[in-house]
Amino acid sequence: MTDLAATSNRPLLLYTILAIGVLYAPILFLVLFSVNDSLYITFPFRGFTTKWYEQMLGNAQMLQALTNSLKVGAITAVTATLVATLAAKAITRYRFPGRQPILSFVMLPLVIPEVILGTSLLTLFLSSGLSLSLFTITLGHIVICTPYALAVMMSRFAGFDTSMEEASLDLGETAFATFWRVTLPLVWPGILASLLLSFLISFDDFVISYFLTGSDQTLPVFIYSQLRFPRNLPGVLALGVCIIAASILLVCVAEWLRRRDTSSEV
Amino acid sequence: MTSEAPSSTPWDAATAAPRRRSGFGGIFYRSETLRGYALVLPIVLAVGIFLSIALVNTILTSLWVQDYMEIRPDWTIAQYVTALTHSGYRMLFIRSLWISGLTTLLCVIIAYPIAYFVAFYGGRRKMIWIILLTVPFWTSYLLRVFAWKVILGYNGVINSGLMSLGLIDQPIEILLYNPVAIVITLTHAWLPFAILPIYVSLDKIDRSYVEAASDLGDGAVARFLRVVLPLSLPGVVAASLMIFIPTVGDYVTPVMVGGPDGMMIGNAIAANFGKVSNWPLGSALSLTSMVIVTLVSVGYMTLGRRLSERVA
Repeated sequence: MTDLAATSNRPLLLYTILAIGVLYAPILFLVLFSVNDSLYITFPFRGFTTKWYEQMLGNAQMLQALTNSLKVGAITAVTATLVATLAAKAITRYRFPGRQPILSFVMLPLVIPEVILGTSLLTLFLSSGLSLSLFTITLGHIVICTPYALAVMMSRFAGFDTSMEEASLDLGETAFATFWRVTLPLVWPGILASLLLSFLISFDDFVISYFLTGSDQTLPVFIYSQLRFPRNLPGVLALGVCIIAASILLVCVAEWLRRRDTSSEV
Repeated sequence: MTSEAPSSTPWDAATAAPRRRSGFGGIFYRSETLRGYALVLPIVLAVGIFLSIALVNTILTSLWVQDYMEIRPDWTIAQYVTALTHSGYRMLFIRSLWISGLTTLLCVIIAYPIAYFVAFYGGRRKMIWIILLTVPFWTSYLLRVFAWKVILGYNGVINSGLMSLGLIDQPIEILLYNPVAIVITLTHAWLPFAILPIYVSLDKIDRSYVEAASDLGDGAVARFLRVVLPLSLPGVVAASLMIFIPTVGDYVTPVMVGGPDGMMIGNAIAANFGKVSNWPLGSALSLTSMVIVTLVSVGYMTLGRRLSERVA
């Protein structure tokens, strides 16, 4: 063995830390300017203030958009996770003709640019006489979230030993009872991770919502509408910081759940 | 597996639930195929069918004609002729492709050393590194793009910072509202998505190959070029496609940091569904860009496979 045993590489370590700094820097600027006592987003700092956060909390329109986003996100997350869990079970456990094509088929939304998905769904809804509402946004979100939910659930199903399911079936449980009493408890962390990630994607989605929005806005659409008014920018920054903080918390919990006690390393 | 146990043992008769294995339910229970189809049916209905109807609808719309406020089902390929021959749209296609291509290239070049570091020197903290690096990808895209507008703007972080330091006395105008600003913003936004696939492919490499190369007298550079790089090419290809495909149609970034000279094909598609209200042309532009992106991606994948076969 030569230098392969080396466990550290200082230049690469520094490079990686620098990259992490650059990745988080813009977010950090948003945080800094959200507590800056100035209407304008410029240096130098004028002093610390929490008034933008107070202003944000007093904004009824914003609270309405937040409620809308929470509703859409919750329904999307539950639906996407439900259909993805069933499909993940079938795809990882059963051999049936057309398994691979079906998998590629439902993963398709991952590789179609969102503008194309959004406008396609828009023409579909309007030409079928459906008016745009939170319902149409939810349908759109289900389409983009389900592939992610499926990916999470498939890695969870692939990660555990099937002998428990076999034992249950051999001991005379029905397929349903086995799923309910053996499989489900084992994949539960994956289900929670999938719920969180789907919720996050739906909560964060702008493009699909932008095309499918009726009179009820979701939060990103509301934020986008506010960006045109310089007066409202500090309030938007405060809101953005809250959203980013909540997203970071959710994604960390989801990651932790997804990786916890699965045998696979990734 | 449902191996058939003899059901004559006493406890079996007493405790086991009767297995319904006759009639339709029995066929259903025994057949993996039917169970499989039953379980994938909801997802196929929720995503597949819905999506295909939407796409078929787009194809139909693209072959129709917009007549003032109404769409008439008069079959024509006029929209495609416009999409392919109109110099404005051709320029948007070309610009979208080079912006996405450059973004992809930058992402891969910047991400590779990071993924390499985590895979080979991450040790027990690999997962922490990966989470730290991918978390930004899951935080609001809109706000991250907006942050770049704040950074690069006329009164933005860079300009006001440089001015308060006395290094410049006039804000630099060329930072924002051009294709370079789009490339910077997109590279920052998608970098985490490049790190992940490259990391996975590097982490999978059997370390004994690397040791073998070293034992056979290869130096660090030769070892990297002849063993590690070829084996990680599938990850590089996957990362490239995961960035190239969605960024070609990006809508938010060009609107926020692109300015008039930075519009991309996604914006033209959106405009035809919004302000301009020409759905057939918008649909034709959507489908044309999908076909172009698919062709480029398939070509790239084939090239990637050839290359890794030749080197390996």
